Amino acid sequence: MNCNEFVELVTAHLEGTLDDATERRVVEHLAECDGCARYLDQIRHTVHTLADLPAESISGQARDRLLDAFRDFHR
Amino acid sequence: MSTAAAALPPDAELVLGLRGGVQSTFTLLLDAWSPGMLRTARAYVASTEAAEDVVQETWLAVIRGIDGFAGRSSLRTWVYRILVNIAKTHGVKDSRTLAWSALTGDDDAGSTVDPSRFQGPDEPYPGHWRRFPDAWPSPESEVMWREARGMIDAVLADLPHRQRVVITLRDVEGYTSDEVCSILDITAGNQRILLHRARAVVRRRLEEYFSTSGAGVR
Repeated sequence: MNCNEFVELVTAHLEGTLDDATERRVVEHLAECDGCARYLDQIRHTVHTLADLPAESISGQARDRLLDAFRDFHR
Repeated sequence: MSTAAAALPPDAELVLGLRGGVQSTFTLLLDAWSPGMLRTARAYVASTEAAEDVVQETWLAVIRGIDGFAGRSSLRTWVYRILVNIAKTHGVKDSRTLAWSALTGDDDAGSTVDPSRFQGPDEPYPGHWRRFPDAWPSPESEVMWREARGMIDAVLADLPHRQRVVITLRDVEGYTSDEVCSILDITAGNQRILLHRARAVVRRRLEEYFSTSGAGVR
């Protein structure tokens, strides 16, 4: 497998959706190519970084309005 | 985010609470899901204010419509489907929403890594790296990573619309592939292509950031 083919398969590899033969070729390539191992590692880091983004929520005002709306609806 | 969702009671209990007017149930869901809903809505509309309107409208629709929840999906998926429908309506007003039925050229064409990074047919190893990607700072380099995280919102905002929605739901909010397909009514294959392209763009922007800030270690 070539590296330019590998980089297009990383997501399917991480999702576990590759067919057995292709998955085997991906794993074999990884074992012998430090560049692609690093690329895959960086994609993993990217995913972790995205999961770590700070959360923002709606304003306190909007929150209060919605709590009131729920209360009023069930009154 | 997704960690908050893990602590919620099972759907059956939540639905009973919402139908019965249990204030604590509504408060719990409002606080657990609104941040993710806001971020998702933001991918459809032009401003944070407009996204907040979408989230509010969604919760109002949930309050009034919970009797119609039939349990064919998880409660969270059902709420997000309402969110996406409302966001699309607002997005049309913002003229930002595209048809989801087919992938555009933006979404499925070409390689995700610059072809010049790989050797050409006349070089010793065609299709192999010309030079390996530079190593990134270790996770212990907290300052570098904090700065990098600070620019990711802007990177996401630059993505083509559908890629932005999918990567937000999958990687930022932690939804499974099945949930995302169900929320957006897309196939697993299309979902994976959009996610693949979006992740590659974010990785490349991080790479650019680390190399220009001199943090990359070869």
